Amino acid sequence: MAQPPQPSPESTPLLSMTGIVKQFPGVRALDGVDFQVRRGEIHSLMGQNGAGKSTLLKVLTGVYTRDAGQMLLDGRVISPRSPLEAQGEGISTVYQEVNLIPDLSVAENIVLGRQTQRFGFIDWRAARRQADAALARLDLQLDVSASLNSYSIAIQQMVAIARALDEECSLLVLDEPTSSLDQQEVARLFGVLRRLRDDGLGIVFVTHFLDQVYQISDTITVLRNGRLVGEWPAAEFSRIELIARMLGRDPASLTEAEAGAAPPSPVAAAEAARLVAHQLGRRGQLQPVDVEVGAGEVLGLGGLLGSGRTELARLLFGLDRADSGRVELAGRAVRRGQPRSAIAAGMGYSSEDRKVEGIIPELSVRENLILALASKRGLWRRLGRAAQEALADRYIQALGIATPDAEKRISELSGGNQQKVLLARWLAAEPSLLILDEPTRGIDVGAKAEIMALVADLKARGMSVVFISSELEEVVRSSDRIMVLCDRAALGELRGESKTEQAMLARIASAHQEVSGG
Amino acid sequence: MASLGRIVSSRHFWPLLVFVLTLLLLRHLSTDFFSISDGRVYGSLVDVFVRGSQVMLLALGMTLVIATGGIDLSVGAVMAISGAMSAWLLTAHEASAGVAIAGGLGVGAVCGLWNGALVAWFGLQPIIATLILMTAGRGIAQLITDGTIITFHHAAFEALGKGYALGVPISVWLVLGMLLVIGAVVDWTNLRLSIESIGSNATASRVAGVPVARVRLLVYVVSGLCAGLAGLINAANIAAADANNAGLYLELDAILAVVIGGAALSGGRFSLTGALVGALVVQGLTTTILTSDVSVHATRVVKAVVVVLVCLLQSPAFRARLQRMIRRRP
Ligand SMILES: Nc1ncnc2c1ncn2[C@@H]1O[C@H](COP(=O)(O)OP(=O)(O)OP(=O)(O)O)[C@@H](O)[C@H]1O
Ligand SMILES: [Mg+2]
Repeated sequence: MAQPPQPSPESTPLLSMTGIVKQFPGVRALDGVDFQVRRGEIHSLMGQNGAGKSTLLKVLTGVYTRDAGQMLLDGRVISPRSPLEAQGEGISTVYQEVNLIPDLSVAENIVLGRQTQRFGFIDWRAARRQADAALARLDLQLDVSASLNSYSIAIQQMVAIARALDEECSLLVLDEPTSSLDQQEVARLFGVLRRLRDDGLGIVFVTHFLDQVYQISDTITVLRNGRLVGEWPAAEFSRIELIARMLGRDPASLTEAEAGAAPPSPVAAAEAARLVAHQLGRRGQLQPVDVEVGAGEVLGLGGLLGSGRTELARLLFGLDRADSGRVELAGRAVRRGQPRSAIAAGMGYSSEDRKVEGIIPELSVRENLILALASKRGLWRRLGRAAQEALADRYIQALGIATPDAEKRISELSGGNQQKVLLARWLAAEPSLLILDEPTRGIDVGAKAEIMALVADLKARGMSVVFISSELEEVVRSSDRIMVLCDRAALGELRGESKTEQAMLARIASAHQEVSGG
Repeated sequence: MASLGRIVSSRHFWPLLVFVLTLLLLRHLSTDFFSISDGRVYGSLVDVFVRGSQVMLLALGMTLVIATGGIDLSVGAVMAISGAMSAWLLTAHEASAGVAIAGGLGVGAVCGLWNGALVAWFGLQPIIATLILMTAGRGIAQLITDGTIITFHHAAFEALGKGYALGVPISVWLVLGMLLVIGAVVDWTNLRLSIESIGSNATASRVAGVPVARVRLLVYVVSGLCAGLAGLINAANIAAADANNAGLYLELDAILAVVIGGAALSGGRFSLTGALVGALVVQGLTTTILTSDVSVHATRVVKAVVVVLVCLLQSPAFRARLQRMIRRRP
């Protein structure tokens, strides 16, 4: 491939947004933001949770109407009033929350709204071919006639990306597309993005993974509190400076401040617990495995996409019904397929699927935050209003949840802040064993460190944790022991010296070889 | 202007406004709108509340069901069953008023339990689950009455529908009592949180440990109880149990009342007082139209028009437009 066309600063940019203002009740989400994207450029939009990234992109794509400002695409004034109109203008988007239709098939989701028609009927064979082709660009092979919700959130994310890539467009917008993807999928996606860039597309990319930012972007724009901080060429913008700009701090002060970050406010000690699962399994989902977690221990579940990590977590918590084996927590048997029994025994489970299994969109931050604790107390023992407010305020403080007050609807919070509320929901319930499935998904660098510190603190107080993350490095760093999974079966354990990313990958690779060799 | 905007966008504003307007019209139409004699209140205004008490009771139960994302189509039929049960107890067994009332409420609760079990335990769609009893219920009531209309004379029982206490009709007291009891239980426990959470996202509620099945069961039982009580009032009112006509189409009025009261059929936030206001709007319209010279056949059309208006005024999109219009003309 040839060098990407060098954008000359004088040529009109592909996209130019100027003076964009968006006001929500009580929050000015965007305050006169300028943002430019040139052709043949991958442009990362950075900022803390709640900085206004998603809002800017939603204004661009017609989900929200702006209160002021102008938008030019290719020199033409645009004002899309819906994502469909934006698509008509040549802007293709993957939103932060997967917004496909779970009950439709993968193929339907990919071709929805632009099916090939024959004699007025939708040509399903052509649609399936089109879907297969779209997925093939990401090296993905799925049964496209299966319904979307039969796949994990990561696959759903890939399908959303495949759909966006399939559209004819001049500007591609990706809001945290990689938040639940593994390295492999990310690498494939990046390959495709580079190709598209070289073809002259403009690409906007949002993520909280700094590694990915530096791997892929040409330019970085930073937002803070709804204002533009600035735009830099990625090659000339150091990591430490990027973080400093995002947080609004002096780069010099940053390292020491980060090192001295005190663990957030203490949470009452949870009793020691010990999880024992014996031959836990479910046909088609997970081959029977044994799991043990000691009091105050963090067990990491390592593996690639579809390895069975989430499946194991769901069986432990009873969200899916195991068809073999048993689970005991602190000597108490947990009934199969009954999350309430698991919760009563002292378990908690923060799902990777924030939208479907996490937030209660109509309820306030406070109500979302106390929900698990209130339910644990039982239907009839109400948690007093004052206690609710105290808890909400405490966790808004401790996790730095960006919200004007605890009564705001959770659906109006930014994605990362919703995630923090869900974590707080389980911390407030004080479980003795907490299963965290992608707990730092969509959370900014600063908050990530705080949350990991909080987990370490809880662990020191005797809480056990089962930790799942697609960031292998995060798993290695925060776990005492790692259980490696592959192809929906346990491969074995890594502990002590052997607990490294390389060892984990080697284990998985050798398992794959055995399978393909035998 | 800002304060006007806030009043206009408040949840109960439009239903209340419509109610007041209908009352003004009713006052204009009726010879006796409101009077007090012998220390008792009379007049067409009081009629609205007395006749409306049945819809109001249904609306209270229906609010909870709808808030969980469900619906209860069987309440009209359950009214017929409970009325038949109490009339049968009064006549065939010469039971006391207390026993008849307990019997009526009891079958109401059992009907609710049936609906709730189908929805919560067997996972049927609420609309299908309650359709079963909606269609079969009147048959059950007829089995109890043996296909006839049972009439009775029982002063103590009839007081439920016709009696007064402290100058106010007993049926109105019953609505008030039910409102206070349900309101207190809902707000002094975790029930409101659980119901609204289930209605807003049932899957996530289950993950967070909300006892989804138990709450669903409970709201259908409450709805059955409310329908049972409404059925008793209906029977007491006419001193008879009419299996075919008691509570006919009232499930629709109750659903309307809840919607007018500002609840979304998809579930979530709910307001008991909103539902009562909604029920009064529905009943106010019915009574006004019956009082006026408009032909009875037009009743449904007029009702429909008003309902569409109220619902429009409550839709956020429509309201946003309206507010923009108000703001533009200071
Ligand atoms: N629909 C809405 N109603 C009210 N406030 C909103 C709404 N959407 C976003 N906000 C507010 O606007 C601000 C910016 O949110 P936005 O979603 O753009 O953040 P973000 O930069 O994408 O953060 P994240 O990294 O967490 O995704 C936040 O304070 C949020 O609470
Ligand atoms: Mg966002």
